[in-house]
Amino acid sequence: MLTAKVMKQLYAIEIFSLTKRYGKILALDQLNLKIEPGEVFGLLGPNGAGKTTAISMLCTVNSPTSGTAQVNGYDIRRQAGKVRRSIGIVFQDPSIDDRLTGRENMMLHATLYDIGSAAAKKRIGELLDLVGLSDRADSPMKTYSGGMRRRLELARGLLHSPRVLFLDEPTLGLDPQTRQHLWSHIEELARQSNITVILTTHYMEEAERLCSRVGIIDIGRIKVVDTPANLIGALKGDVVTVVTGRPADFLARIKELNFTHHVEAIDSTLRLHVSDAEKKVPMIVELAAANQIELKSVSIHKPTLNDVFLYYTGKEIRSEEAENELRSKMRALGRIR
Amino acid sequence: MSELRKIGALWYREVLRYWREKSRIVSSLILPLLWLLVFGSGMRNVALPGVDNYQVFIFPGILGMTLLFTSIWSGVSIIWDREFGFLKEIMVAPVSRTSIVIGKALGSGTSALIQGFILLPLSFLIGIRLAPQSVLLLIPIMILLAIGLVCVGLLLASLMNSMEGFNFIMSLVIMPMFFTSGALFPISSAPGWLQVFSYFNPLTYGVDLLRWATTAGTVTTLPAYAEAILLIGFAAAMIVACSYTFNIKK
Repeated sequence: MLTAKVMKQLYAIEIFSLTKRYGKILALDQLNLKIEPGEVFGLLGPNGAGKTTAISMLCTVNSPTSGTAQVNGYDIRRQAGKVRRSIGIVFQDPSIDDRLTGRENMMLHATLYDIGSAAAKKRIGELLDLVGLSDRADSPMKTYSGGMRRRLELARGLLHSPRVLFLDEPTLGLDPQTRQHLWSHIEELARQSNITVILTTHYMEEAERLCSRVGIIDIGRIKVVDTPANLIGALKGDVVTVVTGRPADFLARIKELNFTHHVEAIDSTLRLHVSDAEKKVPMIVELAAANQIELKSVSIHKPTLNDVFLYYTGKEIRSEEAENELRSKMRALGRIR
Repeated sequence: MSELRKIGALWYREVLRYWREKSRIVSSLILPLLWLLVFGSGMRNVALPGVDNYQVFIFPGILGMTLLFTSIWSGVSIIWDREFGFLKEIMVAPVSRTSIVIGKALGSGTSALIQGFILLPLSFLIGIRLAPQSVLLLIPIMILLAIGLVCVGLLLASLMNSMEGFNFIMSLVIMPMFFTSGALFPISSAPGWLQVFSYFNPLTYGVDLLRWATTAGTVTTLPAYAEAILLIGFAAAMIVACSYTFNIKK
């Protein structure tokens, strides 16, 4: 019996052609993915790429247009109740009751997840200790700072001992120090327990530090899945960043030289993936001078996950404004909440 | 059993929230006081069949109005939960949508009931002597009315995307319900077309039952048992409608 269960659960999450459509907008297109138990998996993508849509379907808050997934061996369409019991979630937007205290929010959660009150009290105490909120547990949430709220939400997400924890943009809008603090909590968690963590983020630093594997998603499609190290290694050579007033003209000239593996043009910035960058820079500068194109700056760096991200999505992180616009459109269309 | 505990927890949350906002409790008493003490005093000598004076007539009407305002707004307030995210925490928890609706309705119903109870002592001020059995009868009437109306608020909220519909609800739902309910004048003295509206208004039966209880059974439009059945039917139908609406995933 037990072996059958273990056998069945090779994956913490298995996604089959998961698709979500909001009217004309295809928010998620045929997502296929397998995530192993104990992994910290990062879903990266620009805002509006479909990360939150994917997560909300895996959490059974939103239903797929087609396709399905198994979370902890339970089907998200047919066994929503069992999925819910076995997962913990920290949403992108705050989801705590402002008028209640931290402890009251935790108690409410415990009751909703069928944890007996004696067991709940003990576990709440431990978790509040873990996230360093014991001394503030009985203050109303409205007196908490942004970072404290997030920490409480993290503790709350762990309260019913989920096997899979979803973190949707866990450090969005937090100051760098609080972000570091939250990262160590997540690292600690992944080390100590065999919990599977799925996090979405658009901070590459966050993904590089926390994730064992990442998947890059853009406009509803998954582009690539691998470990951060492999993805970075796959970019050959270095990245040369050139800023110029005439990017299109210069790009055409550069292409004639035929030494770039890949180029990205973002506004007035050209990003050239080249081997032996130190030798290529003088050539680039000469080329500009010969064509009377003024260069504002030239720099070289070793590829990072950020370059991987740009390579696959071809764009910088979209502005918050555009993101909010898209979300309000989606809300109006399909009421995503 | 566990669903009952969950309903209890959701009820407790609503009551805690209500209780922590003392200023709102006080401010929501001002309007009924104005109606009762200012409007009611001015109209005191209007003769109506079956009651001593006008204030005695509108007291149950004002009680109904308080329940109407508190309950509908408390139902609509779920929009705040949606806007500020708490609704997601509840919606993703392993708890049935029906339990969420019942918890919310009972919690808001309790707040409305407390509000109603704060008004009860005023009856002495205007010369109504409430017998203990009258008070006992008022409780289930107020609870049923509050539950039904909270669900009306929840349904309205499900049609709205933000709090921008405030005025719409006030002028197209709350005020018409109040004016056609017989809270301020006997329905029998209204023209026929207006009576039609009144008979379709669930608040009419609530107010009439409250009047029946406060006047010791002397004044009713329909027989009290028929009105009680209608009120129970209203509350039940609203809970079913809300659970149905909440079950449709958004």
